[in-house]
Amino acid sequence: MSTAFDRPDFDVIASWVQPGERILDLGCGEGALLKRLIETRGVRGWGVEIEDAKVLAAIANGINVIQGDLEGGLTGFQNGAFEHVILSQTLQAMRHTEEIVSEMLRVGREAVVSFPNFGYWKHRMDILNGRMPVSDRLPYAWYDTPNIHLCTIADFDAFCAKRGITVKERKVFDDGREITEEHNFLGSLAVYRITRE
Amino acid sequence: MKAQRAHFAEPLQLRSGAVLSNYDLVYETYGSLSAAKSNAILVCHALSGHHHVAGHTADDPDNVGWWDNIIGPGRPLDTDKFFIVGVNNPGGCHGSTGPASVNPATGKPWGSDFPLMAVVDWVHAQARLADLLGIDAWAAVIGGSLGGMQALRWAITYPQRVRHALVIAAAPKLSAQNIGFNDVARQAILTDPDFHDGHYYEHGVTPWRGLRLARMLGHITYLSDDGMAAKFGRELRGENVKFGYGVEFEIEAYLRHQGDKFAGYFDANTYLLMTKALDYFDPARETNGNLAAALAVAKAKFLVVAFSTDWRFAPARSREIVDALLRNGQSVCYAESKANFGHDSFLMVDDYFHGVVRAYLANVNR
Repeated sequence: MSTAFDRPDFDVIASWVQPGERILDLGCGEGALLKRLIETRGVRGWGVEIEDAKVLAAIANGINVIQGDLEGGLTGFQNGAFEHVILSQTLQAMRHTEEIVSEMLRVGREAVVSFPNFGYWKHRMDILNGRMPVSDRLPYAWYDTPNIHLCTIADFDAFCAKRGITVKERKVFDDGREITEEHNFLGSLAVYRITRE
Repeated sequence: MKAQRAHFAEPLQLRSGAVLSNYDLVYETYGSLSAAKSNAILVCHALSGHHHVAGHTADDPDNVGWWDNIIGPGRPLDTDKFFIVGVNNPGGCHGSTGPASVNPATGKPWGSDFPLMAVVDWVHAQARLADLLGIDAWAAVIGGSLGGMQALRWAITYPQRVRHALVIAAAPKLSAQNIGFNDVARQAILTDPDFHDGHYYEHGVTPWRGLRLARMLGHITYLSDDGMAAKFGRELRGENVKFGYGVEFEIEAYLRHQGDKFAGYFDANTYLLMTKALDYFDPARETNGNLAAALAVAKAKFLVVAFSTDWRFAPARSREIVDALLRNGQSVCYAESKANFGHDSFLMVDDYFHGVVRAYLANVNR
């Protein structure tokens, strides 16, 4: 669900990749992140996108985009073909959550996953007030949201621990600023660097 | 547009081992070649295509090129920006040397003595045309179906001479089902009593019945089930069925018309030869079946496009090409259009497909 408003996760991801790396961006949209990583970090990038209009825009942006459905896994991509596989603010909208994370760690040495933190205090307030949260990070009403697998930072930590996935680094943001304490309460956006190693 | 003819006196060594001692190529060009000769795009034709890819011929305003909807001023293959070259491949029946041409050894038409051609042979012949035009490297080579196979072959055989390969509705090799369809088509021609072992020209006849059947069969495989249902359904010509073998269903009328039309102008020997070139195409044959290894030499960037309703060259076949390129870490874009016309979708006006080609070529240096 890549929106253009502010993407602090882009800065973090840019700092985690190294020049010359092979990067795969899942749900790459119009290729904004890849374009930035290619231009400022000198990586080699490929993206996967399902929507016609976004594929067209990514091609116009000069991005290597492969049209396809992530729900079908990453068939065709070789084991360990990429240094980093990125899933930016899309995990919560996927049906096969476990499969895509496992596929990312198959084709990439490391995976970078960002998602809106459902445990964010404003979301908790909304629930306490008896309503489903609607916020900058979760802009959809309950009846027309693409987000079907929302989770908190604590949930994702538990998910990784249970599946033997190592969290190498985690950065948390709210309103464009990095949060340094009480991540699961104060952060609205989480960015993870995970690996099987 | 006026077709041009070039004679090539240097023998062409063919994949089969045979040699074509000399030959003519008929071609058309559109737009202007830049001073640096860096804006040339080669359009490769498929089974029934030829050099006349766009515009209309000087003598006939109705004779419009077979890919005119994508080539022209302001169109995705923009002749205001690019120098577009269409060529009739050797073995063809639209002016280039082929089975209906005179065999210098006998003074009679080649007929079935014309050597069978492989895709790589056409690519070598096209390279000589590029030499003649002073084009060191194509900005892009594009083709659909068998034409897409030529674009793929160009990228492998002449890696320094192709900057972009646009491989549309193609496959890295035919499946058994595909070869099967081709052989039924060939059998229809080969068993036609007027075939005369491929030397029908001397008898003043053509194996049009066989060619007509071949085309009717092929045509079914080029369309999608849904597309045919939408266009024809079970519509009848008359009000009721007549319990006879005349034309009753609209689809029958359509296929028979297409078959008749095609058999009236196309050469049966060329049809045979083209289907064989399709069957033989398998660039991974040279690398123990490893397509990625075959493509590793390519320096071109790739655009691969498939159509979801194309079951003759299904998207999964295009993905084999894409996956091989990904395995090598090569530059590739892949788009899958939902156009409803099956394999023939690449010839139709499809906004998405055309938009993709336009967007891709906008980033191609001229």
